[in-house]
This record gives sequence, C-alpha cells and structure tokens, in this order.
Amino acid sequence: MRLQLSPEDEKFAAELREFFTTQIPEEIRETVRARRELSKEQMVESQRILNDAGLAVPHWPAEWGGKDWTQLQRHLWHEEMALACVPAPLTFNTNMVGPVIAAFGSQEQKERFLPATASLDIWWSQGFSEPDAGSDLASLRTVAVRDGDEYVVNGQKTWTTLGQYGDWIFTLVRTDPEAPKKQQGISFLLIDMTTPGLTVRPIELLDGGHEVNEVFFENVRVPAENLVGEENKGWTYAKFLLGNERTGIASVGATKRNLATVKEHAIALGLLEDPAYAGRIADLENELLALELTALRVAGNSADGKPDPASSILKLQGSVLQQAVTELAVDVAGPASISSGAGDDSTVPEWARLATPTYLNYRKTSIYGGSNEVQRTIIAGTILGL
Amino acid sequence: MDFSIDSEQEALQGAVRGLITKAYDSSETRREVVKAEPGYGEGTWRKLAEMGILGLPFDEKLGGMGAGPVEVSLVAEELGRVLAPEPFVESVVLAGGLIAAAADEAQAAELLTPLAEGASLPILAWFEAGRRWDATPAAVTAASSGDAWTLSGVKEPVPWGASADVLIVSAATEAGTGLFLVSADADGLERGGYTTHDGLRAARVSFDGTPATPLGDVSADQSALLGRALDAARIAYAHEAVGAMETALQTTVGYLKTRKQFGVTLNSFQALTFRAADMYTALELARSTAAWATMVLDAATEGAEVDVTAAASQAALQISRAGRHLGQEAIQLHGGIGVTAEYSVGHYTSRLTAIEHLIGDGAYHRARLAAAVSDHEVLDPIG
Repeated sequence: MRLQLSPEDEKFAAELREFFTTQIPEEIRETVRARRELSKEQMVESQRILNDAGLAVPHWPAEWGGKDWTQLQRHLWHEEMALACVPAPLTFNTNMVGPVIAAFGSQEQKERFLPATASLDIWWSQGFSEPDAGSDLASLRTVAVRDGDEYVVNGQKTWTTLGQYGDWIFTLVRTDPEAPKKQQGISFLLIDMTTPGLTVRPIELLDGGHEVNEVFFENVRVPAENLVGEENKGWTYAKFLLGNERTGIASVGATKRNLATVKEHAIALGLLEDPAYAGRIADLENELLALELTALRVAGNSADGKPDPASSILKLQGSVLQQAVTELAVDVAGPASISSGAGDDSTVPEWARLATPTYLNYRKTSIYGGSNEVQRTIIAGTILGL
Repeated sequence: MDFSIDSEQEALQGAVRGLITKAYDSSETRREVVKAEPGYGEGTWRKLAEMGILGLPFDEKLGGMGAGPVEVSLVAEELGRVLAPEPFVESVVLAGGLIAAAADEAQAAELLTPLAEGASLPILAWFEAGRRWDATPAAVTAASSGDAWTLSGVKEPVPWGASADVLIVSAATEAGTGLFLVSADADGLERGGYTTHDGLRAARVSFDGTPATPLGDVSADQSALLGRALDAARIAYAHEAVGAMETALQTTVGYLKTRKQFGVTLNSFQALTFRAADMYTALELARSTAAWATMVLDAATEGAEVDVTAAASQAALQISRAGRHLGQEAIQLHGGIGVTAEYSVGHYTSRLTAIEHLIGDGAYHRARLAAAVSDHEVLDPIG
C-alpha cells in the first residue's frame, strides 16, 4: 500500500494539467465552470483537441487510440480533466458504443466507425430505453425483421440524450420474438439517423431544457452489415456497455469541482460561520473522498466482457453525491434560487439563477444508466448472492 | 496510490487470521473468554507475542519487528473480524506507540521489550469525567518536588485500566500536557475495574499523591505526541471496525438466505435485500477511507508532509456512519434474535458502538473537519 504518486505519475498528471488548462479554449472551460449549457460545436471542438493529442479514448484498445494506462493514470486523467473544467468526451461515443464495437464489432465496423467515433466526426445517440422498457430494459419491443440484406426496424425509443445532434444511433432491437427468454432475442444494431422513416421529437425537461428526445422508427431499412456481433446476442453487449457506463457515472472529479464552487459561494455569504453549514460541507467532502478512494481501489471497469458488479457502488453513491451538491447549491442560494428566469440585469448572480434548474435536472442521475434501485438489485444479487 | 498488499503482508495477514480464528472459532468461545478474568485470552496473547505481533511496530533492537502502520492495520482488521478481545490496539498501538514516540532509549527498552514479549501490559489513561475527547488533561494534575513527581486526580474510563501493570497517564503540568508512568503497585493508586457493554474491561483509576515517573521530557508540552498517538490509534481502530462490520454483514447475509418466514427465505423480500445492499456500499466506502488513512500515516512515518490528524478524522467520521448503519441494520434484519446475548450479531453492534466512542464520535470528527473546511478548495487524497 502506498499513498504517494510515483515521480512518473506526478509528471503524468502535471503534463495533463498543463495540456487541459492551455489547449482547451477558456470560453469552453468557463461554460463548464458556470454550469451553462455547452453547444454542440463546443463539445465537438473540445473532443477534437483531445483526440488529436491522443487524450479522448485512452481506455480503448491501443490499436484504436487507447493508451494502455494503469487504472491510476486513467483516474488522474479523469480528475485533471474535470478539475480543469474540460468537457468529458461524449460518453455515448467513448464509453458506450466505442468499446462495444472495439470488443465485438467486425474489422470493417472497427475501421469504419472507431476513428470517427473517437474524433466525434460521428455523434452517437443511445437507443435503449422505450416507453414500456425502462428498468426492465429486456422487455423492449422495437423490432428488426430481416429482409434480404437489410433489417426493417419499427418501434420507438425514448430518453435519447442529445439525440437532436445525433448522426448515428446504437440500438437494442428485438430480432427473435420467439426466444425462450426475452434477453435472448435482442440484437445490437447501428442505425444512420438520416435514414428515411426515422424521426426525432424533443422532450422538454423540468428545467426547461431540451436534453432528451423520443426517436421513432417507421419501416427504417438498415443494412445487415450494421449488426454488431452476432444476431440475438445484443443483451450480452448491452451489459458490457452498462458496466462501462457505470464507471464514468461516479463523476467524482466534476462533483468535487462543483462542491468547491458552492463552497466558495457559501464562504462569500458568510454561511460557514454557521457550524451546521460547515459540517454539512465537511460531510460531503468526506463522502466524496470515500467514493474517490473506492473508485481507485476497486477495478471498476468491465473485464472479459463482463461488468464488475462493484461498479454499481460507484454509480449508486456517485449519483447520490452529485445530487447532494446541487441540493446544497439551492440552499446556499436561498431565496435567490427561485429566480431561474431572471436575465443578466438581475441582482441575482448567474450561479444562483442556475442552481434550482440544475438541482431539478440532476434528479436524473439516480435514474439513468440503471436506476439506483437496479444497482441495489445488482449488489444484492451478484455481490451478496441474495 | 496503491491499495494492494505485498506477499509478506499477505503472509502476516494469513498467520494472524489462522491464529485468531482458531482461538475464536465461535461466538460462544468469545463469550466464555470475556466472561472470565482478565477478559481476554492470556494464552492467545502469549501466542500473539510468540508470533511477534505484540512487537510489530517497534524497533528490532527492542525486540520488535520494525513494521509499519499497514501491518498494524492488517492485524487490527483480523481481530475485529472475530471480535477478539485482546487489547492489541489499546496496548501495542496506543500505549506502545506513545512510548515509542516519547521515551528516551533506556525507557523504550525498559517498557517496549516486555510488551513485545507479552510480559507487560502498558495502558494509556487519558479520558476524564466530563471531558469527552478533549486530550488536554485537567482532572489529573502533576506536582514535582525536586526530581520526584506525584499525580493526583481521577481518570475514567481507562480501557483495561485494572489489567495494566504500568499506566501511562496524561496530567496537567506547568508546561501543559505531561506524560507519566505509574506502576500498578504505586502508593496512592486505586483502581476499580468493571466490564464494559462490549464484554471488555475498563476501570476508574484514581491518584492521590501517587509517585510517577516522567515519560520523556515533561518539562515541555507533550500534547502533540499524545495527539499523534491517539490519531494513529484511531486509524487502527478504524480497521478493527472494518473487520467487525464485514462479519456483521456476512452474518446478516447468511441469515437472510436461510431464515424462513411466510414459507420463503427472507431474501425473497426486496425491502430486506436492498438494505443489505446499502450496508455493503457503506462498508466498502469505509474500508477505502480506513486503508487510505493508514497510507497517510505510513507516508507521515516516512517523513512526507501529510495531515495525519485530518486523515484520522476522515476515517473516524466514515467509520462512525458506517458502524452505526451496519450495526443497527444487522440487528434489525435478524429480528429478535439480534438482540439476544446468545447470538453473535448484537455483540458486533456493541463493539462498533464502543470503538466509535473511544475514537471520537461522528459529530466530534465532523466538527474537527468543519473547522478546516475553508482551508482547501478540494480534498486531494493523493496529497
């Protein structure tokens, strides 16, 4: 057991810090710092800069741009990126579909999609959830029927985050309605979102933002070569993907930065003179510390195509703490927290105007990526054997 | 940062586990041992001495093994796993650690060699009535006449205070905090021993002009030495608690799988399995923090500039939360049998409660951390 970084890792972290704080435009980092919404152009610009420097997909296999870093180095990468307010590479690309294609896709699919996925030349959307398939994802009903060299897709996906920017969508579709278990009849299909019959409709969220969408498929014809891996094995690939998603979902670095910002506001308002407030922040810092250490300690990544069940702890506690920090921001803002619609002529500062919409928006974190109840089911079943 | 242990540390862990699980093969054995005096297994203590565990952190010149906080933490965790009552943390880590830090060479040899051999049980007396976890002594005062010192006042509770053959006593001096050695047969020393709720022992120890020998240099304020020893002990106790929590969870999970009600095993009820999942999460978060605090202490002993006090509080706060959570839920998920003396799980809750109130409860450590919350932008565990 050893606390300190080796000199090599010290140097590694310092070089990343230098890169993130000098190469990513300040305007983009300021947008993240203030918790304003990033534009598509900003996200693409940031990811291209990272990718050109080999820093967008370090966790991928080396032949597709991965870095063979240690788990600690990956942690440092995440941490330095978050602390420098650099937008994380698009998770749908780098944590979801990219690793699936790299692990299970054909050589043609890898060559066609992986470079463009890393650089964000293709913006991927996720087509998993359906109106009647949320936590019970395997009950999904969007069907793909083989017709010659094509699949014909009909059905509906929902909660498609940033689907309005999507070029392609990776979907779970039912290819064998007769399979003895519902998990066995599902395939993993890549669909060009410009294909006729595919439409995207926005869903407005509580904070007034347009972040998620419904995606409708009406006789959408998809070349059979866009099937990933084997037909009816999609559930296996989805579990692999969700295991990866849960790792990133702990969001320790971003939560630390957000807590530091709220703490600054609390100090400016004199709130820390109240021992109860100082104690609340000390508690949150301590919980975050425990989460960060746990992320470092457990191998939270998918191994051998199977998600590490311990990644459920990171998702569970990570979402709880993300939410707790947004809740603290609302409390620190006080009555100013209602002024979400005020303009720049307001006496209410921007952070206080954004506090409640962010708090409301962040209720999503304990729902997406497998709700926290799903995570508890995994911990109880897979880890504890209950 | 590296959480893995090396092969020598693994061997140590395995050896201690072998010895201690044989000594405490069931909770009934533990109950019998703590019922009889002195409240721990003297045979087990001797075997720990033979294995070198009682001299683990001390210099090899003194008969110790020259090991560090990581090895200490592994032993504490094994003891916690079976609720072994042997006073390893109290005597070797806390009293021994303070002696090693404060004593001159001659005193260290005189005190630590017999401790390592299992021939002496030094114990620190620092709690005072009404003072909670404030380590500045007030109720016990030291007076000097020439080179001779005497102590007056009362210390209570003193864990294992009636079993000790030598007491290390914190007392108010003109310089502030002084540390003194009092022999068990000293004049004017009275000890009233009793059993604590977790089955172990504590005592009221009173001094009335009792002759005492300075430990180290009492002309200076020794509060920093005392504070560091207490923080190191807090971190070791955190590991003892992790071991205890792990068993409490295992026992509870086993019970949920076998106990039947309404014609089905309890693990058919999601209301119960979700609570077990939350216990697991709390345990793993606490385990990470305890291990990290040990790494901080280890780095400090190697001269790194790290904040051991903050790390001890961070571990203690996490242990306070997790210990209450796991201890309370372990009983609740068992139902009535959980509150019986005959069944094991309630004893784990009792010991976890005692550990928390020996090291300072969650509110105490939260306040220690809250006072420094403006000193940093973010907490960086790597330092």
